[in-house]
Amino acid sequence: MSDILLRIENLKTWIGSGPRPVRAVDGVDLEIRRGETFALLGESGCGKSMTALSIMRLLPPAGRIVEGHVELDGVPLLDLPEVAMRQERGGRMGMIFQEPMTSLNPVLTIGQQIAEAVRVHEDPARRRTPEQRVLELLEAVGIPDPKRRVREYPHQLSGGMKQRVMIAIALAGRPELLIADEPTTALDVTIQAQVLDLMRDLQRERGMAILLITHDLGVVSETADRVAVMYAGQIVEIAPADTFFGAARHPYSRKLFESLPRAERRSARLNVIEGNVPPLDRDFTGCRFADRCDLAEPRCHEVSPEWTVLGEGEGVRCHLYAGGAGVTLFPRAAVEHPDRAVSQGGETLLETEQLKVHFPIHKGVFRRVVGHVRAVDGVSLAIPTGRTVALVGESGCGKTTVGKGILQLIRPTAGQVRFDGEELTRLTQRELRRRRRNMQIIFQDPMSSMNPRMLVGNIVEEGMQAQRMGDRAWRRRRVTELLEHVGIPAEARNRYPHEFSGGQRQRICVARALALEPKLIVCDEPTSALDVSVQAQILNLLQDLQAEFGLSYLFITHDISVVSYLAHEVAVMYLGRIVERGTVQEVLEDPLHPYTQALLSAVPTVDKGSKRKVIHLEGDMPSPANPPAGCHFHPRCPVAMETCRTAYPPERRIGGSRVVSCFRVTGETGSESGPAGSAPR
Amino acid sequence: MTVQPVILWTDALVFLLVALAVLFAWMARGREHLRAPWRYVARSRVGMASLVVLAVYMAIGLLDSLHYHPLLPKAGDNGHGPRHSAEIVSLFDAIVAPLRERSEKTYSAPLAWRLYAKESIERPDGTVYRDYPRLKYGGAHLKEPAREWGPDIRRRMALGLVKAAVIWAVVAASLALLLARRDGIPLSVMFGRLARGETAIPWRTVLATLGLVLAATLVVIELAAGYHVLGTDKVGEDVLYQALKSIRTGLVIGTLTTLVMLPAAILLGIMAGYFRGWVDDVIQYLYTTLSSVPGVLLIAAAILMLQVYMNNHQGAFNSLTERADLRLLFLCIILGITSWTSLCRYLRGEALKLREVDYVQAAVNFGVGHFTIIGRHILPNVLHIVLITVVLDFSGLVLAEAVLSYVNIGVDPSMNSWGNMINSARLEMARDPIVWWSLAAAMIFMFVLVLCANLFADVVRDAFDPRLRNSRD
Repeated sequence: MSDILLRIENLKTWIGSGPRPVRAVDGVDLEIRRGETFALLGESGCGKSMTALSIMRLLPPAGRIVEGHVELDGVPLLDLPEVAMRQERGGRMGMIFQEPMTSLNPVLTIGQQIAEAVRVHEDPARRRTPEQRVLELLEAVGIPDPKRRVREYPHQLSGGMKQRVMIAIALAGRPELLIADEPTTALDVTIQAQVLDLMRDLQRERGMAILLITHDLGVVSETADRVAVMYAGQIVEIAPADTFFGAARHPYSRKLFESLPRAERRSARLNVIEGNVPPLDRDFTGCRFADRCDLAEPRCHEVSPEWTVLGEGEGVRCHLYAGGAGVTLFPRAAVEHPDRAVSQGGETLLETEQLKVHFPIHKGVFRRVVGHVRAVDGVSLAIPTGRTVALVGESGCGKTTVGKGILQLIRPTAGQVRFDGEELTRLTQRELRRRRRNMQIIFQDPMSSMNPRMLVGNIVEEGMQAQRMGDRAWRRRRVTELLEHVGIPAEARNRYPHEFSGGQRQRICVARALALEPKLIVCDEPTSALDVSVQAQILNLLQDLQAEFGLSYLFITHDISVVSYLAHEVAVMYLGRIVERGTVQEVLEDPLHPYTQALLSAVPTVDKGSKRKVIHLEGDMPSPANPPAGCHFHPRCPVAMETCRTAYPPERRIGGSRVVSCFRVTGETGSESGPAGSAPR
Repeated sequence: MTVQPVILWTDALVFLLVALAVLFAWMARGREHLRAPWRYVARSRVGMASLVVLAVYMAIGLLDSLHYHPLLPKAGDNGHGPRHSAEIVSLFDAIVAPLRERSEKTYSAPLAWRLYAKESIERPDGTVYRDYPRLKYGGAHLKEPAREWGPDIRRRMALGLVKAAVIWAVVAASLALLLARRDGIPLSVMFGRLARGETAIPWRTVLATLGLVLAATLVVIELAAGYHVLGTDKVGEDVLYQALKSIRTGLVIGTLTTLVMLPAAILLGIMAGYFRGWVDDVIQYLYTTLSSVPGVLLIAAAILMLQVYMNNHQGAFNSLTERADLRLLFLCIILGITSWTSLCRYLRGEALKLREVDYVQAAVNFGVGHFTIIGRHILPNVLHIVLITVVLDFSGLVLAEAVLSYVNIGVDPSMNSWGNMINSARLEMARDPIVWWSLAAAMIFMFVLVLCANLFADVVRDAFDPRLRNSRD
């Protein structure tokens, strides 16, 4: 029995036929040892998922494996007949997918779905009574009260629970190799921490190997033993995790690290990787990364670099190492942001007071209102001119609704929104229409934020047209200016959005928002759909624009690292309310509210040195339709007291800028009446 | 002025539809997102083959939509200059005049030279005997039909095939010449590509289909010069003529019904989804109520009422043709009223989804007006659903006409339609010996049209439905 569990040699997977197939996987070699966690890291479109699907032989109809050898414990997988392969899939190899919402069948109970997998892989004697094993599996993946849960349907479970069920199904065949394709990308950080923990525990107990596919350096650093970096269909570097996070070798890996937003880089521009991953439907003559590489030499464009072995299970695909000698890569000096350090907050531009957005729940024949979803339940915020306020929280806490409520895209149920001293909530649609140019929004998904049937020029021009700014010729000139300002060539105006990459599209969205010369831009997770390197480009752009035009941003995000890099002030939201707010240094370095503490501790970091203690939160966020009595956080709070169950803690002001809602925190009670007791209506 | 053109209501609408299609094509020219799906259709072999057949049907239908009062023969000249007949005929009637005018006494089988039933015939010497009488036109040129019939049919078919081959060769050669000039390659290379089917648009399939259609057409033309290719009906009218005339009726029902229902379905559907609230409630109640009324009953009631109205106002119509035409239009309208609800429901759902999409939210935040948003953001993004529904509905409507005419609430009995042919065939099927050709003719013509329409609709749906777009290849 050898130490190597999975061996892949020269795997090539092409998608599509015709003269130019996409070479999604183009000669991948790797080995996975028993019991180790092997991370496959890369940006989207690099062929990570295709590699996994090729191993499982679950390629989409258009894909085919053209060459290569995959061996699981000596069994050549690519030569097996489909019948035998079916035994391997879910047997010795299990797989979990990114989207737990769509991976489970909504009309079967989770018990039935796990039993299905058990029946296939259990030995014949026990095949008829899978119930016992189902309960064992549910227990193993940490689902509380498994006897009750087996009879529940997927929609009754939260995202994290569903992912646990998926893991249980994968475990049914007692796999030796678990392939996890972005298993936590769709989950919140606190849930992500739970799932990653679970995977680590299971691995320790069962000694199975995990092939973890992810784009998140933090997740890799938390879990992986060895790392392979994939770029444009090839593996460019393989290294043990310690080596990798200490000193990554390939220029691409280094750039990935440098483009991560972090607190210590606040005053500097992020180091970005220019451009995008090249399309994979052509032949490459040189190194695939050469066009985006700072260290590229002439030979990088002419000769494809070979794989250079640097030690046991280590190697890199780069000309710099081909000589065998170690190379020191000098990081470029950080470029200071102009005016970044001096941009001080001016007077308050936007202020919300006790903002509430409730959605009625209708039931019955007459659609009677039986309750309210309290998406936003009393949020008070202030955004000064020229500053960035970050609104942080997990999905479902109502942060996007706050943004839309401020913009009056959803009319608030109660509370005030004052912009430049003017109350917005009482204005009619008509009166609002003229004032809308002051506040713009950038959305999360650059795919859906532009009408696919309109030309880029018309998209950027739309707002100016609606606000009757200038005449046609003036607007056209301005579109050109704006596009160039955000780094898009002006001839793009006559093209359609789908011809651009995600990052470019997000730039066009920024140009569209800028067209109206707004004072405030609500950025609703503008980078979470983008790859790390592209995210850095957009963050730099936003910073530059703020310095240039004195814009204020309300930055809605769940990504703490972006907050620490970009924001001046932070407000942490939980279940429709702000639990803590203050300047970014105060909140991130010394969180006072237990939820903030847990949230920050759950964020995976790439700094191996700073081993922090993860505070585990039990369970999931309750539904905003039926928030718990008292402090909303008390059912999950590790330090909850008796008073927390009965009353909502008032806002306490600490120092000049800090406000916390927790009984544990002592400070002066806020001058404005906090929603104490919050009598449910 | 030799003829006096007449524009019937349905003619006007048919040409409006053609104009709209041309306008849409012109608009689509410069827009990649509109052109791309059509390019997919143009590259599909099934799509192009069915399009060729559909084009033949459409050509006949359009020719049949150019109506006029023909000039009366000089005999009737009494000093008022040329006089026009009160009868309305179409350009198509004029082209196939022999078919229209050469009617026999009663039933005759396809390609027959004598009647289908024995009659008493008086010999010149006064004696009477029972036999199959010779037809007035069918096979009248044969001296000894029993002997000459077979060779004559074969000769005509061969002649037809030769003519078809010549025409086909000319068409194929000119196509190759055109393509070769466009691509700037030698003609011989182009021929090679065509023969191996290596062109982007499947011209080989188009030419093959065209060859089949040409062969069938020219053989029929040759035979029709001397025979009734599909026989004659009870009053001796040529069944082929009836079947060809029915094409227009079928096409009008299939297309005008859509034209009638589209504005209501699009406007109400999008408004319901976009504005929600009470607008949504009202529109939903409207279409839920409408779709709960059994469609056939509604159609029967409307048509019967129309019939009563027409009988009481005989003077309002200049001719039977106009009367029949108005009834056809009314049938389209009432079919449209019963069939817009499903499209409306689709569009409401899509608009509900689209109004929450980021780019619509962004437009709201720019202060763009509601109707501009509908026109600029919602409508262009639901057009593919409209198009798919229209092509899918077409064949269903053609079949619906046949069913409705069969139960006598369809088009006017004096109007040629496949439904009426089938309806009259009901009694013929009960005869002994059985008269099968009316029914068979109607079935064949309808089947070919509906099959091609369905195949074409499938291709169009594949091309336009974004959900299916990823699964092909």
